[in-house]
Amino acid sequence: MWDKKVITSEKALSNKIIIPLVMLPFWFLLYFELEKITDLIVYGILDFDDEKLMTNAIHFFVYEVPKVMMLLVLIVFVVGIVRTYFSPEKTRKILGGKSLIVGNISAGLLGIVTPFCSCSAIPLFIGFVQAGVPLGVTFSFLIAAPMINEVALVLLLGLFGWEIALIYISTGLVIAISSGFVIGKLKLEKFVEGWVYELQQTQIESEETKLSLSNRFDMGFEAVKEIVGKVWIYIVLGIAVGAAIHGYVPENFMAGLMGAEAWWSVPLSVLLGIPMYSNAAGVIPIVQALLEKGASLGTVLAFMMSVIGLSLPETIILRKVLKMPLIFSFVAVVAVGIILVGYIFNFFF
Amino acid sequence: MNVIKVYGSGCANCLKLTALSTETVNEMGVDFLIEKVEDLQAIVGRGIMQTPALEINGKIVSAGKIPTKSTLQHWIKESLEIQNVG
Repeated sequence: MWDKKVITSEKALSNKIIIPLVMLPFWFLLYFELEKITDLIVYGILDFDDEKLMTNAIHFFVYEVPKVMMLLVLIVFVVGIVRTYFSPEKTRKILGGKSLIVGNISAGLLGIVTPFCSCSAIPLFIGFVQAGVPLGVTFSFLIAAPMINEVALVLLLGLFGWEIALIYISTGLVIAISSGFVIGKLKLEKFVEGWVYELQQTQIESEETKLSLSNRFDMGFEAVKEIVGKVWIYIVLGIAVGAAIHGYVPENFMAGLMGAEAWWSVPLSVLLGIPMYSNAAGVIPIVQALLEKGASLGTVLAFMMSVIGLSLPETIILRKVLKMPLIFSFVAVVAVGIILVGYIFNFFF
Repeated sequence: MNVIKVYGSGCANCLKLTALSTETVNEMGVDFLIEKVEDLQAIVGRGIMQTPALEINGKIVSAGKIPTKSTLQHWIKESLEIQNVG
């Protein structure tokens, strides 16, 4: 009796893993045939004239929405599973007592894979600092975690291609690592609110539950449900605006405003980006359309990083534990890093 | 006295988790005091790094997310069983 029960439950568990794996080839098949399917729908079934501007916009929308959604589901699922192997507690343990440079690099990398929500920035910050993670290393983590997230990655990959996605991730990492390093060198510890260091922390009972692979797959599905449920509307709206720009805004329209020749475009887009706390989902499709209309890559990258990585609400939240000079230094150091990246790309590409 | 504590300084998810806990407890017809801990120092002092965190009878069962109702029911049952045995 008992044996039988174990067997059936094991079978049920393995199904959870097998079904997604079986679906994977179909995902790829559909993904790579999507352009043909779109052509068929837009030109064949709906019979739009392929010369008109509106057709351009509609084709863009009909193609990009399912493409980005498919990428989103797959990548969020995979990242969701990867994240089950990491936790803020483990990351804190790894980073505690690390030397400056090595610590900054590890913090930047761990920032990508550790589950993080900017709403938990404060407890996380305190948890790190109390465990002896140096301030600069903590900042490397806090900069990388929101800047390099799976939603941004999906949109960059889907709308810009893997080259730009890779550039974004690597320059984002470099900014997180070097900004944290600079903040560490500036010796700003005195601008952390005093109570943070004084606070007595009851050691949390380490009840690390062992997760089975099917638990991890479950959590992957949960991540998909949560994140896709939250951002799909922004993606659809963003792509709709992008489609309108794509179809109706004349070529090279943005060249004067956001082109490489306009030297002030990089700092201006960073400044504009700081108070904009729109999630990556809404901004990236619009930015992609602007790039096509003559905006330059460096300016566009700087704008995206500023919007995603430097957010006003998060900075305001941090005021609870950081004094103003430290907040200003943080924003300034990161902003300078982003501006440099913008100029480098405008200059070389 | 059975106690559920929701740790979180007023974020949207913290409110949702509090509401979900109240709802679940009422539906199950069990007697729990639901307490919301908003004080930052209390949250951090408990060793929590991700909010909202959920504590059932002194044990942190989740952090940084909203569990499903069925998971929450499971935890509550589990906690009550431990209490009965003890």
